[in-house]
Amino acid sequence: MDFTVPSKSIAEVQEDLVKRFTHFANPKDRYRYLIDMGKTLQGMDESFQTEENRIHGCQSQVWIHIEENDGRLFMQAKSDAAIVSGLIALLLRVYNGRTPEEVATAPLEFLGKIGLLQQLSPNRSTGLYHMIKRIQSEGKKRIAA
Amino acid sequence: MKAKFAEIREQFPILRQEENGQSLVYLDNGATSQKPERVIKAVEDYYRWQNANVHRGVYGLSERATELYEGARETARQFLNAKSTREIVFVRGVTEAINLVAQSWARSNLKAGDEVIITEMEHHSNIVPWQLLRDQIGIRLSVLRINQKGEVCLNALKGMVSEKTKLLAVTQMSNALGTINPVKEMAEIARSVGAKVLVDGAQATPHMQVDVQDIDCDFYALSGHKMYGPTGIGVLYAKEELLEAMPPYQGGGDMIYSVTFDKTEYNVLPYKFEAGTPHIEGAIGLGEAMKFLQDIGLDEIAAYEAELLGYATERLKEIDGLKVIGEADNKGGVVSFVIDGVHPHDMATLMDQDGIAVRASHHCAMPVMQHFNVPATIRASFGVYNNFADIDRLIDSLNEAKDMLL
Repeated sequence: MDFTVPSKSIAEVQEDLVKRFTHFANPKDRYRYLIDMGKTLQGMDESFQTEENRIHGCQSQVWIHIEENDGRLFMQAKSDAAIVSGLIALLLRVYNGRTPEEVATAPLEFLGKIGLLQQLSPNRSTGLYHMIKRIQSEGKKRIAA
Repeated sequence: MKAKFAEIREQFPILRQEENGQSLVYLDNGATSQKPERVIKAVEDYYRWQNANVHRGVYGLSERATELYEGARETARQFLNAKSTREIVFVRGVTEAINLVAQSWARSNLKAGDEVIITEMEHHSNIVPWQLLRDQIGIRLSVLRINQKGEVCLNALKGMVSEKTKLLAVTQMSNALGTINPVKEMAEIARSVGAKVLVDGAQATPHMQVDVQDIDCDFYALSGHKMYGPTGIGVLYAKEELLEAMPPYQGGGDMIYSVTFDKTEYNVLPYKFEAGTPHIEGAIGLGEAMKFLQDIGLDEIAAYEAELLGYATERLKEIDGLKVIGEADNKGGVVSFVIDGVHPHDMATLMDQDGIAVRASHHCAMPVMQHFNVPATIRASFGVYNNFADIDRLIDSLNEAKDMLL
């Protein structure tokens, strides 16, 4: 696991992401950028690809492993689909290395502003919703403990 | 022929709209079909001018609604070449039709140890009702396997049937592979041991001429929404003597002749199987859709769609790393495929950006996916309004998406 603490705040990272995506006028270019983000995703240790870490409700296979280090949550995740890998990369950029409070409470409006509407509306039917729920619940669990 | 089908395309208002800024290329006909103007109008006219409950009123409006509803039954009888309208039961669709046969005919005629044979390419709707029955009364459910081309083998079926076999339940055309099954020959094999035959016509009916007397099947099921008709309406055809002997599937209004608290006498066929106020406008719309198909000519439709399938298959095979799943010698207008290293959902999502609607899933036929060892496929399925330009756009979009993904 890489335990590097991010230098920018969640709000700054989200703002950067919105800027990068809205730079493309054509939705397909946004998808291309998202898919390329997914391609840079760090590999996931096989020992983390367990049933427990599996996210259900996604049409592709997704695993997320979350562990705490020095009061912050660090994550590795993987999917067999390219667009979902891009979404994972996007979420990790926001959530990785944050405190449980930040993870549990970070606002999600930026997803709507990125301009990939269908994929990025975190409604219950999408895998994205289930991924975000898993990450947030890890944050909440640790605040409660 | 192309000009005729170009005109037919004009009859579908939904195809005039844009999807993601581009004209819609609808290639998910295996899931459901779009509706022509005349079907939409038949349903609209019903609500605007003809709505009343059927088989009830003595007033003119109810009589007209009844005439339209029963007229649709006669259209369905002709469409399937059934002997009598008493053999045409309106149901919600193939799923309900098969559940009806399982719970009424099979449950009252089969016993523990009796065998129902299905094929490996069945839709879940022709698997799960038999599993439910198996759990209820202990029938044996056997599966006729398919080969690597996605075809059944008649000799294998001959070797399988025995005096224990009571029913063969088979699709006429596979939604996941496009395979057209030799149902007439399969029915003959089943009958040789005294078994009954149920044919799932959900995919076949929009694409080819069906004749239940020629197939000589005992049950035939179809869904309106897959053949340019409304959703929530379908037909169960069953031989009259079977229906006569079968207990009702559901109880309620319209299916009775007289009711006291001691005893209920059931209505005559087919009403015994149509409890409650039926899906009147659905039946009227379905009748109109059947006339729409007959006016074009089902043989002509089959020939046109075969051309589309041939062209699509040829163009798809030019793509590196693409593998067609299902290469039966006799195939309808469905092409399923996978691409090395590409997740089908990614492909379908990107193609949607180009206004192209294809399906990426297990197609409610998970055992088929298991047979070919793939989690899902991308499926393009054709209808009367598709044309060669649709296929060119499909190929262009596929190539571009593939470059993005790999």
